[in-house]
Order: sequence, then structure tokens, then C-alpha cells
Amino acid sequence: MAYKRPLPVLNDDNRHFWTSGAEGMLKILRCPDCGHWQHPPQPCCSVCLSRKVAPQPVSGKGRVWSFTINVRAWFPDMEVPFVLAIVQLDESEEVRFTTKLVNVDPEKVTIGMPVEVAFEKDDDVWLPFFQPAKS
Amino acid sequence: MASLDVLISGIGQSAIGRKLDRTGLSLTIDAVLEAMADAGLKKSDIDGIVTFPGRLTGSMYSFSPVGCHELIQALGLEVKYYTGVWEGGGQLVAFHNAYNAIKTGQCRHVIVFRTIAEGSGGTFWNDNNADDGRRLRVNDMFQYFYCMDAHTMINWMAQYVQRHFYLYGTKREQMGWIAVNARRNAARNPKAIFRKPMTIDDYMNAKMLSTPMCLLDCDPLTDASTAFILSSSEAKRDFRIAPVKIEAISGSLNKVGAWDQGDLPRMSATESAKAMWAQTDLKLKDVDVGLIYDGYTFLTMTWLEALGFCGVGESGPFIEGGERIGMDADIPINPHGGQLSEGRTHGFGFVHEAVTQLRRMGGERQVKGDPEVAIVCNGAGIVCGSMLLTRQ
Repeated sequence: MAYKRPLPVLNDDNRHFWTSGAEGMLKILRCPDCGHWQHPPQPCCSVCLSRKVAPQPVSGKGRVWSFTINVRAWFPDMEVPFVLAIVQLDESEEVRFTTKLVNVDPEKVTIGMPVEVAFEKDDDVWLPFFQPAKS
Repeated sequence: MASLDVLISGIGQSAIGRKLDRTGLSLTIDAVLEAMADAGLKKSDIDGIVTFPGRLTGSMYSFSPVGCHELIQALGLEVKYYTGVWEGGGQLVAFHNAYNAIKTGQCRHVIVFRTIAEGSGGTFWNDNNADDGRRLRVNDMFQYFYCMDAHTMINWMAQYVQRHFYLYGTKREQMGWIAVNARRNAARNPKAIFRKPMTIDDYMNAKMLSTPMCLLDCDPLTDASTAFILSSSEAKRDFRIAPVKIEAISGSLNKVGAWDQGDLPRMSATESAKAMWAQTDLKLKDVDVGLIYDGYTFLTMTWLEALGFCGVGESGPFIEGGERIGMDADIPINPHGGQLSEGRTHGFGFVHEAVTQLRRMGGERQVKGDPEVAIVCNGAGIVCGSMLLTRQ
């Protein structure tokens, strides 16, 4: 049985994050009142409590904040090794999230390495994986 | 009127095994009856019961197979207060809730227990890739990890460790001493799962799981139950063995409750330690033994920095060689072998050992110098708790 990763339940809070890849871009919630980038997604701004947070396109570029080379196959048929990283987006130090690095030699990954989003479609979701930035 | 203190008057623990052919309830009853007998209390004395995190079902069953309800029924208890909650200061939230119930005069003698069946039942993310081909859909914060193929806490933790290595030059050759120290101590603990001696070379050669974390950075899953009786100092005073007082207790949560949003590699331990020290006149120099969470080796390092054993970023050099955490150190760490070698009793084993050491009943592994003060830390990462215990 091939490995099938879990997928998110899509809802009004998270849909932009998991499906904006369909438009070829990454979107993150931003507060129009105070400018705070809000991630993980939630229905209000955690700084000024505004309810007007809305998805806004970002460059999809960032840097590796930290990473790990996953060596162990936790499930049958899971292909290893692969690299997981926490990526910090160029737009704001407030936005970082866990993702998978693709199209990369695991041994060459370093903290601070520039990366860019590389969507992978899986069922109804566009997973925002990342790859080394093309300069 | 003298202030009301909260005491730990009884301790009990079931067998600890990788796979015990026993139900969680049966192990729980072993631990609880032992704790009641240890305190010299009868069933009718018990008026409260608290557990962590309460009974769970489905894929999380093995993480907590027994709740208050079943134990109340099994022992025919009549209690005024019971609760089993997950949210709060790590596993120690159970002690915090019992502490509050006693402090406010609602209860006099409260059972506090934690049962785990992960040795037999595995961990909670095992169902993330069901072998019938079904696709799991996730709707909580775990979606931001599982859906990116980051299934286990080891993957999340490893990135904290990597960041620490990057910022402070910490090395695996240093981190491994947490595991080596645990194993060295476990040789004197008959209940420990792993007692075979281990060297830093064994650690360096262990199977890598998620860089820079290897198998020996992780505690072994177990079946076990650990129980305590917390008592009001205004209740019965002729306990069988002199009780231990909860001098301070605190818990904390990172402001953002997700593993990749914290102020890496700083974790919730920083705030918990600060809150705990604020409650007492005691200082780190007064502490005689440390029972510090080691579900992963790195968590102990986090605590050492948070508590003030060393400066931020300095835990690598501090533990290197093992002398500053060993049995001859000023503050020996985890004389029972921690969860890394004794087994994953999930927090409560540290409290059990702290009380054992303060009673000076540690036998072969008793720390020197008649300890008066113990520090107990549970969790770290995004959520944790810490407690200072004193001999009465």
C-alpha cells in the first residue's frame, strides 16, 4: 500500500493556505488594520483582534530557519531520506512554518539557505513545499 | 492561622514494561492502592481524584487508557472533585489541579495518577497512514505538520535541536551525555527497562532517525501507571512516611501553541521556570536533586538553561563529559535513569523518584548528602510544568 499522507479538512480559515497554489501563488493571512501577518491561519488578528484578516499573496520566497533530514521510514513505502524544514518567509519574521524541501540534495541544506515555494498537488490540496531558490 | 500546605503523602507505581499483558485499569489499581497504603489512608479518606490527560479514545487510547471515571467506579470512591484535562502545565497540570483543589479547601486527600499503554498500543500518529488506503483528514493544528510529512514529534523536535546546534555550536557528542548519564544511573534501578551500560560511542553510532536525533535521544514506549496522594496539611498528620511539600508549582504554554512558531530554540520551559522561582525564597543553589524531563535528550538541556544551571546556549558544554549531571554532581540529574532508560511513564516517574529521593529511600541510587529540596520538570517544547518539592 503506497504511503498516503493525511490532508487537511478545508475550511474558511485555512482554504487559502492549502489551495492558493491553484493560482500559482502562496497566500498568507494579513491584518489590514495593523499589518500583522497571521499564521497559522485563524479568524482574527492576534495582535489587534481585528476580524478583517484576509489572504494576501506573498512572494513565496524565504529562508531555511531550521531543518532535519528525516532518515527513518515511519510508514511502509514512505520514501526516505527527505528534508523537513521550518521556512521563514521574506515578507515577515512573523511567518514561518514547517514544510518539506524538494528538489534538493539533503546534505547541502543549511540554515539560512534561500528557498522558494514549489507546490505539489495532492487530491484537492496544493501543498506548499519549498525548493532551493533559483538565484 | 498557619497557611495550608499541599503535601505528597503517598506514592505508588505499577510494573513498567515494554509490553505488559495487563489492562491499563489493572495497572492503575496497582499504583493507586500502593499510594493509598503508602500514605496510610483508607478509601473513605479520599475525596478527590485527578489525572492527566483523562481517558482518550480511538488512535489516542494508548496515550491515556484510563480516566477518573473508571477509577472512581472501580474503587467505589465518593469524591467531591475530579478532573482529567490535557490543557495546562504539561503533565504536571494534574498536580496543579489537585494542588488548587486542596489549597482552596475543597479536598483533603486527592489521588493523582497517570496511566500509559503505548508499549502495547503504540503512539498516537500510527493511524496517520491507515493500511486500508483510507486518507486521513486533519482539522486541528497538526494539519500543519502531518500534511507536510512531518508526522512525529521527533521531526519537530529535531529542528529545535538543529537550531541550537547552529546558534551555539552544540554537538551530538555533547547531547549524548544526557542519554549516557541516564543509562549509567539506570544500572542501579531494578525497574528500569534499559540497564545495559552504554558509552558515548554507542550513542554516536546509534541509528539516526531525524538529524541530528538518533534512537538513543528518545525514550522507550511503555505500559505503566504511577500514582500519588496529595494531602492538605490540615488533614491527618500521622502519615506512614514523612510527607513532602509542594513548595512551588507552575506551568506554561508558548504564546503560539504550534511547534514551529516558538522562539526557537527557547521553549516554554523558560516561562515555567521563571514562574516557579517567583513563588519561593529557595534558589537553585538550595536544590539537592533534579528530576528533569528527558522524553528527548534535548528537553533536559532546555530545562538546564531555563532553570539557570547554565546560561542560554551553554547546555552543550555544561553536560559534556557527564560530570555536572552525574551522581557526584552538586545537583545529580535523574538518579532513576530518566524516561530514557527507566521508560516513558510520561512525566509522573520523575515525581515518583523525587519523592523517593527526598524520603532518602533511593537505596543504591540514593543521592548523597541527605537531600532536602528536589526540582521536578515535565514536558518542554510548547507546553510544560515545573515543581519544587521540599522534605518536611
